[in-house]
Amino acid sequence: MSDSPVTLTPEDFSPLLERPDKHGISRPSRSYWQDAWIRLKKNRRAILSLWMIVALVAFALLGPLLWQVDPARQDIDQISQAPGVDRSAIIVAPYSAWDGSLLPGMTANPQLHLAAPPTSQAVRLRWEGVPGANGYRLYRNIFPIDDQLAFGLPIAEFPSAEFPSAEFPSAAAGYYEDRLDLRPRSYYYSLVALDENGVPTTEHQTLEAEVVRVITLEEVRERGLVAATSMPAEGDEVFLALHPLGTDYLGRDMLARLMAGAQVSLFIGFVAPLLYVLLGVVYGSVAGFLGGRVDQVMMRFADFVVALPFLLFMILFQVVFGIGPGESGILPMLVALVVLAWPATARLVRGQVLQIREEAYIGASRLLGARSGYLVWRHMIPNTLGVVLVTLTFAVPSAIFTEAFLSFIGMGVAPPTASWGSMSNEGLATMLTHPHELIFPSLFISVTVLAFNLLGDGLRDALDVRMRSVE
Amino acid sequence: MWQYTLKRLLQGVITVWFIATATFVAMHSVPGDPLSGQRAMTEGIRANLEARYGLDRPVTEQYFIYMGNLLRGDFGISFTQQNRQVNDIIREHFPVSATLGVLAILFAALGGVLWGALTALYRNRLPDTIIMFLVILGISVPSFVFAALGQLGLVSINSLLGTSLLPVAGWGTVSHMILPALVLGMGTMAYLTRLMRSSMLEIINSDYVRTARAKGLPPARIFTRHQLRNAILPVITVLGPAIAAITTGGFVVELVFAIPGLGRYFVQAVQQLDYTVIMGTTVFYGAFLVFMVIVVDLLYGWIDPRVRLQ
Repeated sequence: MSDSPVTLTPEDFSPLLERPDKHGISRPSRSYWQDAWIRLKKNRRAILSLWMIVALVAFALLGPLLWQVDPARQDIDQISQAPGVDRSAIIVAPYSAWDGSLLPGMTANPQLHLAAPPTSQAVRLRWEGVPGANGYRLYRNIFPIDDQLAFGLPIAEFPSAEFPSAEFPSAAAGYYEDRLDLRPRSYYYSLVALDENGVPTTEHQTLEAEVVRVITLEEVRERGLVAATSMPAEGDEVFLALHPLGTDYLGRDMLARLMAGAQVSLFIGFVAPLLYVLLGVVYGSVAGFLGGRVDQVMMRFADFVVALPFLLFMILFQVVFGIGPGESGILPMLVALVVLAWPATARLVRGQVLQIREEAYIGASRLLGARSGYLVWRHMIPNTLGVVLVTLTFAVPSAIFTEAFLSFIGMGVAPPTASWGSMSNEGLATMLTHPHELIFPSLFISVTVLAFNLLGDGLRDALDVRMRSVE
Repeated sequence: MWQYTLKRLLQGVITVWFIATATFVAMHSVPGDPLSGQRAMTEGIRANLEARYGLDRPVTEQYFIYMGNLLRGDFGISFTQQNRQVNDIIREHFPVSATLGVLAILFAALGGVLWGALTALYRNRLPDTIIMFLVILGISVPSFVFAALGQLGLVSINSLLGTSLLPVAGWGTVSHMILPALVLGMGTMAYLTRLMRSSMLEIINSDYVRTARAKGLPPARIFTRHQLRNAILPVITVLGPAIAAITTGGFVVELVFAIPGLGRYFVQAVQQLDYTVIMGTTVFYGAFLVFMVIVVDLLYGWIDPRVRLQ
């Protein structure tokens, strides 16, 4: 305090002039949603996930327009085909019976030898035989024969009495034509001599046959592999139908099936949560807004549904609804999900509404004469929307998870409807030989769920300060 | 406390009763009946069978018979396996599932607490980033994918080593249990890690930890006595749902690893529409899960006296 006396003039008591620079809003005014969007945009993981989800939706919806292959159509020429493998085939004459003679151009030798070039139509084998053998057994293996003498699959047995026969055209002691499920790969044929008791000895001859994929002219026409105007001839090379991601164990195109599966998974993933979150919001806000006895009864019922073991009842529902012929089984799953999953949202929204009901701005609004409908519509719903949106985002991956789980144990969609879960289950059987049948659908499920989880995390951080995870 | 326990138990019994009733109603609204679809059956044989299984009585009477049997702990006879009682199936196969489940829970809880505490201590540093990325992966990958990939990985490891490090499938010895338990506990462990991390972070900044530090307590002691003990509490609350998740996850893991557990039987029964086995195992699983949740809740109240139970 200074000692100098203060002199006051009348001006000191006049009202202060308005000073716009002091109270002016220095930054642009943003709504809650704009603010949240800006916060979300800063979260690179969430934005990446958002793009991922957009890409998945495009894959499910636009994909089938670009890749018009029927997901249920079987390509029996290419079963369990790995992605991106050579798919050319040589056109040959239709199959005709073989009398054991040597094809021109092939040379005979005393060992097991080929009578014709090996093709996926037939592998024709001839042999001179071993002195003293009392018959032979022919084996086929897909691995080279090592010292363990693992010959593979026995495909034929020849008692010695049949050969050699007088009418037989050449010096060959025997011949055999293998037409059993031939694939374009190497096969190792072994001819094992039998002793007088018909027991295989270690005396054997082995032959490696490199099978070439062939197709007949008729099949080429039937499957539309060449343009109708072109005239392919025997010996020409044609390309079989393209399967960029390979085929499954029934020869169905993996890419088309993955797209169809994406439609099922994303449909369940979006529609079921939308429905049950909506139900939960209505139920919860009614209970919270009305309060009292009604609230008690309603919430007791919700508690009860929560106590039911979720997946167990999902399975039970699926059993009860049953899947009739020609139905996909998507609808029962949707209904069961909605019936069982709403209480969590209802509880959350009720809690929010109870909290908001006591806020000062609600009281102020009421004092100004706002009606209940207006209060709910203008104050309660907008203020719970953030929480609801976050719940919705986390509900999507859990619905996709549930769908995949049910389809995996065979209680989800019915064949031939494709679903990532059922595709994973089918791929499990051929996991060791054709891992792509398992890995692609599993990858899609995991990436989808991952993207939704990351987006949910980002949304929670952006929308709701109270729920923000500690980072 | 006693009153609360009694109340919860009563609620549990009512829930189980509802589950049993719902299962009964559900199974009786399935079109057709368990005896249809059999090969040529004369009227006489059919009548005999119906009398044997009580299917000729009115539904309400069947319901009371079923409930009476349930109260006596009799779940009935399998429709697809001759002379096999549902009780026998449960008695024989549930211990297998339970062993697997307990191992998985142990693994998930230990791993979750450990990793969660570690990430909190190394917050925003490399170990935290790596573990949290794995956690998101663990939450996002379904258990059957883990199971299949785990099996595939084990096959390649076994073939690389030339010997069998661990068996790929089956059941019997401890070595059979390791991979399935790991796979089964993976998702829960990821979830618990996340929970443990946020609860640890909250506690690291709390006043009593600061006080303990100010007193000059060694960090190891603060970690074990003050931080860990308090941070574990939220983990215990979610053990109930975690048990449910691991039980149902067991269905799939048992299927993939060919483990003769109850889950595999349940899935098989569902696929073959073996009604009595479905009803019996559903009620059994339902009761088990409901009471596990109650036990965990009561345990929580007992461990943490701050939780006021009314």
